[in-house]
Amino acid sequence: MLHTFKGGVHPKYFRYLTRNRSLMIASLPEKVSIPLSQHIGIPAEPVVKRGDYVKVGTMIARGTKFISTSIHSSISGVVSAIENQPHPVLGSAPAIIIEGDGKDEYEAVSTNNPESLSADEILDILKQKGIVGLGGATFPTHAKLTLPKGKKVDTFILNGAECEPYLTGDYRIMVEKTEEIIGGLKIIKKLLNAERSYIGIEKDKPEAIRRFRELLDNEENIEVVPLKVKYPQGGEKQLIKTILNREVPSGGLPVDVGCIVNNVGTALSVYEAIRHGKPLYQRVVTVTGSIVRNPGNLIVRIGTRIGELIDQCGGLTEKAGKIIVGGPMMGFAQHTLDVPVIKSTTGILCLSEKEAEKEGELPCIHCARCVDVCPMGLLPTEMRKEIRAGHWETLKEYNLLDCIECGCCEFSCPANIPLVQLFKLGKSEIRRIERL
Amino acid sequence: MKEGFIISASPHVKSGMTVGSMMRGVLYALIPTTIAAIYLFRIKAVILILVCVVSSLLTEIVFQKLRHKKISILDGSALVTGLLLALILPPGIPLGTAALGAIIAIALGKQIFGGLGYNIFNPALVGRAFLMASFPVILTTWINPITLDAVTQATPLGLMKFQGVSTPVINLILGQTAGSLGETSAIAILLGGIFLLWKGYIDWRIPVGYISTVFVIGELIHILNPARFPSPLFQIFAGGLLFGAFFMATDPVTSPITKKGRWIFGIGGGILLIFIRIWGGLPEGVMYSILLMNMTVPLINRFTRPKPFGYRGRK
Repeated sequence: MLHTFKGGVHPKYFRYLTRNRSLMIASLPEKVSIPLSQHIGIPAEPVVKRGDYVKVGTMIARGTKFISTSIHSSISGVVSAIENQPHPVLGSAPAIIIEGDGKDEYEAVSTNNPESLSADEILDILKQKGIVGLGGATFPTHAKLTLPKGKKVDTFILNGAECEPYLTGDYRIMVEKTEEIIGGLKIIKKLLNAERSYIGIEKDKPEAIRRFRELLDNEENIEVVPLKVKYPQGGEKQLIKTILNREVPSGGLPVDVGCIVNNVGTALSVYEAIRHGKPLYQRVVTVTGSIVRNPGNLIVRIGTRIGELIDQCGGLTEKAGKIIVGGPMMGFAQHTLDVPVIKSTTGILCLSEKEAEKEGELPCIHCARCVDVCPMGLLPTEMRKEIRAGHWETLKEYNLLDCIECGCCEFSCPANIPLVQLFKLGKSEIRRIERL
Repeated sequence: MKEGFIISASPHVKSGMTVGSMMRGVLYALIPTTIAAIYLFRIKAVILILVCVVSSLLTEIVFQKLRHKKISILDGSALVTGLLLALILPPGIPLGTAALGAIIAIALGKQIFGGLGYNIFNPALVGRAFLMASFPVILTTWINPITLDAVTQATPLGLMKFQGVSTPVINLILGQTAGSLGETSAIAILLGGIFLLWKGYIDWRIPVGYISTVFVIGELIHILNPARFPSPLFQIFAGGLLFGAFFMATDPVTSPITKKGRWIFGIGGGILLIFIRIWGGLPEGVMYSILLMNMTVPLINRFTRPKPFGYRGRK
């Protein structure tokens, strides 16, 4: 029997567009715009100034606080400015602009044998190399892997669910870089002192499941778990529930139920950082959509303009109605193609005008589809009512703060009510009131 | 902005299910029943359906014009209400009376609360309840199917209740009995009900809870006193239970949003129905059992909130 969780939806996946497109190295950008805020937590502080020469992998900004991390140059060239630039999530934010010299010179790095490093040394390297969660949330990895005092972790889970429609970047690295991912998994498992480890993969990726099983044949305590294909299977809480039948308490962290979850892409970059000393200056981005002439999975330098990547994929066959950074369920719509790829950019999705069309909102008919599909067991239709009425106190009773904004409710809503937008508003309003 | 892309919050894709497609689904599901009604009651059925549908649509238009609201008859909900009302009225009802019922259904049943989505009671049942209170004789005067005898004919439930005469269940299933336009043929109703369930337009908990409760209580009292109480199959196939269970009680606007709540709604309706049929003054209780349960929906919703994810063992 396949494991699963309560609720969830079955959107059209469109993975056939890019599933069989091997990883391809994107052309070297002439210029990159690298935002200082690319992760959850405090933005990094620049350590270069205008006119400085940098190489690939040169640290250009340092994470000063614990929940923060370093940022590195992704090309060699000269820092031309540090100023506000378009940002795919924040709209506009400070970024370091580097004009490339086309030489692609690399900073010298030291390689390590993971076996000989202590836990603290590993965590320090991860912070120095700017490693963050690559599933989309970009929580600094060194912070996630530092266990709070008194907490123990018995299980480490590798998240290869990749449940967002259209995206295939994780799938490609699972197929093409299986050994490196397992290398990363072993580093993290040892670091956490976890007894067991699981790799959760949705069963629509049989090739990835097969590759891992082949290589893990002789491994005890590392198990590949095929998962039912359902969105949001890759949500951290949903994945833990599915694999371990443990429920992360409201407001809590996976560590509270004795486990840690990392994305497969994160494991890959952990391996590369520890083994080869490679900072996080590139990532896999799925450039896709029915109107992209030649969609694919690209290895992209951080800071590359998304418009450049669309051009490299043959451009668009018709005018785009919507450009999304991320997947269609949780990604961010962009007003310009000038935003750069950042550490959280899993994909660039181009929808045609027809696909992007939104029908007008109708009255809620209480069909409760939103209730049926909510993976957090909330009552979206009731929360909507309270938000529109401004009843912030009642909203806490409805546990609005537990909403993970996965979008299942709005996806299913026959009345086209902008539920996620309302919930984002409601949550920020509750937090604002709490701060007062 | 300069590139003219649409900006909106996530999600950026939809399931494709819309209010319009749900209303269309209900209309498709009503096709077998409508055909059966027209077969059994001929031209009378056609005219009654037309009168109810047209009156409903016109009432909606007039009401929305007066309230300076956007005319929304294209959402199909008024059409559904009109058709549902026609199907639960006696086939021989004077057309003016039927039109009045449709006007009340839309005006007092729906628009006065703010229109689609805001009403407390099932609009078609409000229309019928109004007529029942105002014209009790007309609403309990039945004609024979096919022959359309003007001779007053009691329904199987009426025959049972007031004269102790039972009707064979097979006649109830095929529909060759007196009764409301759309509730005589069980087969036609079940076809539509199965379609609604299969397409996911309704939740199975309400019809299953409603019908099985009637069956269980019906069986119990039948065992206790077979001479006085009919068999549970008779309870299920006679009158408007099936039609009510699949087409009226499942109206999303007026039924609970939680799964547990839908069970309570269905089971509560079943208990009320049996009480009215057996101990009430009327032979049939589908209409009032659903209307009464409609009233309890806000309360049911409040007390059946599911425990959210991450609250295991708390509270």
